[in-house]
Amino acid sequence: MKQTITLTVNGDEFQLAVDPRRTLLEVLREELHLTGAKKNCNEGECGACTVIMDGKAVSSCLVLAVQARGKKIETIEGLARNGKLHPLQEAFVKHGGLQCGFCTPGMIMSAKALLDKNPRPTEDEIKTAIAGNLCRCTGYVKILESIKAVVDGKG
Amino acid sequence: MIFIRRLPQFDYVAPRTLWEASSVLAERKSEAVLMAGGTDLLPKMKKREATPRYLVSLKNVPGLAYIKEDKGALKIGPMATIHDVESSPVIAGKYAILRDTSLVFASAQIRNLATVTGNLCNAAPSADMASPLIALGATLSLSGPQGGRTIPLEKFFTGPFTNSLGEGELVAEIQAPQPQPHTGGVYIKHSIRNAMDHAIVGVAVVLTLDGSDVCKDVRIALGACAPTPVRAAEAEKALKGNKLTKAAIDKAAKAAVSAAQPRSDPEYKREMVQVLTARALNQAWQIAR
Ligand SMILES: Cc1cc2nc3c(=O)[nH]c(=O)nc-3n(C[C@H](O)[C@H](O)[C@H](O)COP(=O)(O)OP(=O)(O)OC[C@H]3O[C@@H](n4cnc5c(N)ncnc54)[C@H](O)[C@@H]3O)c2cc1C
Ligand code: FES
Ligand code: FES
Repeated sequence: MKQTITLTVNGDEFQLAVDPRRTLLEVLREELHLTGAKKNCNEGECGACTVIMDGKAVSSCLVLAVQARGKKIETIEGLARNGKLHPLQEAFVKHGGLQCGFCTPGMIMSAKALLDKNPRPTEDEIKTAIAGNLCRCTGYVKILESIKAVVDGKG
Repeated sequence: MIFIRRLPQFDYVAPRTLWEASSVLAERKSEAVLMAGGTDLLPKMKKREATPRYLVSLKNVPGLAYIKEDKGALKIGPMATIHDVESSPVIAGKYAILRDTSLVFASAQIRNLATVTGNLCNAAPSADMASPLIALGATLSLSGPQGGRTIPLEKFFTGPFTNSLGEGELVAEIQAPQPQPHTGGVYIKHSIRNAMDHAIVGVAVVLTLDGSDVCKDVRIALGACAPTPVRAAEAEKALKGNKLTKAAIDKAAKAAVSAAQPRSDPEYKREMVQVLTARALNQAWQIAR
């Protein structure tokens, strides 16, 4: 039986009737058409589906939409404001932090969750924060450089 | 080939109290499964390894995510996550072994969802929270339709992915006694990469000195080298009451191997048990001093 839930996504409130077996990821992508978060492994291993829920990075493929009831969700689509990219997005572009781009929304959301709490993380803290985000293209060096550029104010 | 599909159909039940949750479990028997963070359960359901008719979520039961110290014991609520352990000021002091464990546990995205209790109840032989909590002497408070009972964590596991919960029973709290002064705790997780991997071997040591270098008490627990997490009783016996020396530690580490009954790669795992037990004992000794 469908249940009615309220989700706040990128500042906007949505009332949705969802089947309890739908994951947050499926609802974001298929109901709200926010396709930035990617459905890849669908079992928590890759981080491509990372969104921020009440300030914490989570794998949205492992959250039931009904369990996100009343929570504040941030996705990659909410980062740019009035056509201006978020500093992390700017830095990824400028420092080549992406190639195919499939891992990028998840990578940036993990980095954002870290920087929101800890604006001056060490390199190790950055590595820990993105350890659950797999990238098959970049070899991670440029990703790390991009995030460090934001930390050092050189975004 | 295992396919990861969308979740199968189920009825979502969100009780408001633990008592209500346990009544639903008792009434629906094998048709109902309890869910905490869902990081073990949801992947299993997507693979159709679990197809519960009723999914009983603890999310709507208020006040279950606590970590606190009370009457000389650590108390962890059923919805406290691995991230809560990582960031808890209570844990960071005397129970730092649990913080160290949280740091080698999965990824940030999983730590924010996964609960300590779910990790124990899932009962994977490699469950990272199991051996450090056994080494701390943890017990579980269970509650069910017949009332409550307490069980030492090391007696909780009955085999790979099975535990001793009865019908309708659930874990209401994890408790661990406050470590004595001069205690050091160490968990070493041996895995292929740093993040995201299950332990090949996990060794947890909680060692108490008498104020000098004599071992007053020690508890050693091994993960991923037997059908359940196990205590290395022979190794503990070899050290208790004796002066710590390099030779004494090496002897105890050798004795730890007898507790291992690996289900895979037995030679390698036995060797690693010996190496890592010695390493963990040495580190715990340094911390305890
Ligand atoms: C990508 C990934 C990486 C992982 N890495 C690690 C790792 O490094 N180390 C590790 O040990 N594990 C790891 N895991 C496994 C999993 O995250 C942990 O076991 C986690 O702690 C399970 O907690 P949960 O709250 O998500 O459990 P759930 O999936 O909600 O539940 C697990 C089981 O426990 C039962 N249960 C939960 N709460 C209770 C209760 N109060 N009373 C009775 N039964 C209960 C459920 O019925 C279910 O059978 C990983 C999983 C994923 C997906
Ligand atoms: S799709 Fe969610 S972690 Fe891979
Ligand atoms: S840029 Fe292609 S997976 Fe990361």
